[in-house]
Amino acid sequence: MKILVCISKAPDTTTKVVFKDANTAFVEENVTWILNPYDEWYALVRALELKEAQGGNVTVLNVGAADNEAIIRKAFALGADDAVRIDAEPTDAFVTASNIASYAKDKNYDLILFGKETINYNGGEVGGMVAELLDLTYVSMASKLDIAGGVATMERDITNGVEIIEAKLPLVISAQKGMAEQRIPNMRGIMAARSKTIETVAANGASALSVTKQFELPAEKSGCKYYTADQMDELVQALHAEAKVI
Amino acid sequence: MAAKTDNFQHPDYYLMDDMLTDEHKLIRDTARAWVKKEVTPIIEQACQDAKFPKQWIKGLGEIGAFGPYIPTEYGGAGLDQISYGLLMQELERGDSGLRSTASVQSSLVMYPIYTYGSEEQRKKYLPKLATGEMMGCFGLTEPDHGSNPSGMLTNFKDMGDHYLLNGAKMWISNAPFADIAVVWAKDDAGDIRGIIVERGYAGFTTPETHGKWSLRASSTGELVFDNVKVPKENLLPNVKGLKGPLGCLNSARFGIAWGAIGAAMDCYDSALNYAKERIQFGKPIAGFQLTQKKLAEMITEITKAQLLCHRLGTLKNEHRATPAQISMAKRNSVNMALEVAREARQIHGGMGITGEYPIMRHMMNLESVVTYEGTHDIHLLITGMDITGLNAFN
Repeated sequence: MKILVCISKAPDTTTKVVFKDANTAFVEENVTWILNPYDEWYALVRALELKEAQGGNVTVLNVGAADNEAIIRKAFALGADDAVRIDAEPTDAFVTASNIASYAKDKNYDLILFGKETINYNGGEVGGMVAELLDLTYVSMASKLDIAGGVATMERDITNGVEIIEAKLPLVISAQKGMAEQRIPNMRGIMAARSKTIETVAANGASALSVTKQFELPAEKSGCKYYTADQMDELVQALHAEAKVI
Repeated sequence: MAAKTDNFQHPDYYLMDDMLTDEHKLIRDTARAWVKKEVTPIIEQACQDAKFPKQWIKGLGEIGAFGPYIPTEYGGAGLDQISYGLLMQELERGDSGLRSTASVQSSLVMYPIYTYGSEEQRKKYLPKLATGEMMGCFGLTEPDHGSNPSGMLTNFKDMGDHYLLNGAKMWISNAPFADIAVVWAKDDAGDIRGIIVERGYAGFTTPETHGKWSLRASSTGELVFDNVKVPKENLLPNVKGLKGPLGCLNSARFGIAWGAIGAAMDCYDSALNYAKERIQFGKPIAGFQLTQKKLAEMITEITKAQLLCHRLGTLKNEHRATPAQISMAKRNSVNMALEVAREARQIHGGMGITGEYPIMRHMMNLESVVTYEGTHDIHLLITGMDITGLNAFN
């Protein structure tokens, strides 16, 4: 089975988020970048499990600049066989999807996996766009994935229940929590990552279809207010008028 | 005790990450992820129960914590000294006892077999020690010879087709479960030699030391040799004299210098978060000058120790680090970590003495680390001798 896992970078979850240029750009200085957890923990790890059980090959693909190679090395350390970096600035979901589709269109992947979204932009658009551009079936936010006889069986979490879906390969899937358990690289993997090469592919020249006009941080949370037992009226009033929850 | 989420993030006040390679960071982050998954949830209980969780051994082997700098042909990871330091930092961030287990295996068992052993010994032991399939311990300290190991009494006699080993070693990490011991003993000529003793040799026992108030999640014991017949091929052929064990200790002390920073970082991280959340007199205690003094001094000392150790790691990679430089770093880091733990304990108030926070555990652990592998005072005398040329030991 030939599997492509598309990976993205994301700021570490403890990053202090600051914007510049009139709130149009994220300040990237001193940000620690990690492999986007949905791509890593669920999509990549499930791909590796399928390869280990059924044989095949797992290629990871990233759209971005050369400094993304640290997260690609981590994917190698976890067990990816090959890696591709498309040397394009992923300015919007379409640029990213278009570049992935251009690369993947003649590679005959059985599965193309994405995390359901990146934890910084929460767009969740790229997987669907790639499926459309390649004219493949797309299943979003799968929390379980099994493959047998060229057919994928997936679970999706729906309100108060689970939906079970079957689809023939080839297929594009975005992965949700539950599809696999986080894996910790071992030293053999980290050492193997040293000697593997990352294939660099030129951008396809696609232009962005959308522009981020501005970012806004959520309003500062106000501190905790304490009410004593004899201030019930004030508490109810505050919940109603200030917090607007009752 | 309910397992808590471990949100530890290392402080990096001087952007030291810029001095590390991507591979260094991947190794460090891997060790941290493993500690968060396998150590944090159970460490408090393991310490309360004074039990070494043996399931850690396999994981330590997998993340490369056993002999990271041993060449790959012998099963090691072939990493540099900074990688080794970072691994020790992350393990000790979890617990000094955990780091001790890894230090002993790497620096006190694998290092001497690799450095002083025969090719047969290297091939026989190192690959299994690297995975944790085989565990080792190191016998130097004796009941009456700690800081002065050259006075040791343990000895072996040449019996023609084997050696006959007699004596006892004390305060030996990993002894109760170790498969082999690298033992330092005097030969017929009175020279200190290294000899590998395997579990199962008649007359060799490893009674466990109970009742420790420190390193409770690490297993400590004695090595007792009562007319133990040791095959001649178990002698480490390539070293004679005290420089053998001291070479091992150089490697181990380097790891401790980095490791103690990990314990300090954990205490600082906990104290900083606690101080920002704990409200007294109507505001977080982090807003009071005396708390800020403690926290500011902690991060200053941690940052200084990080820079010292990074420089030492570079020197060690270039084979230029002297034993005296390593002594300085070990002494500085451990003392710093102990001070940080004590100050962090005060910031936590009463909460600091409970297992809800890692502080008291680190502090009690560090009370061992400050005297093992060369005491705080002895390391001072090593620096003193190095700069004056005068021996103040005796």
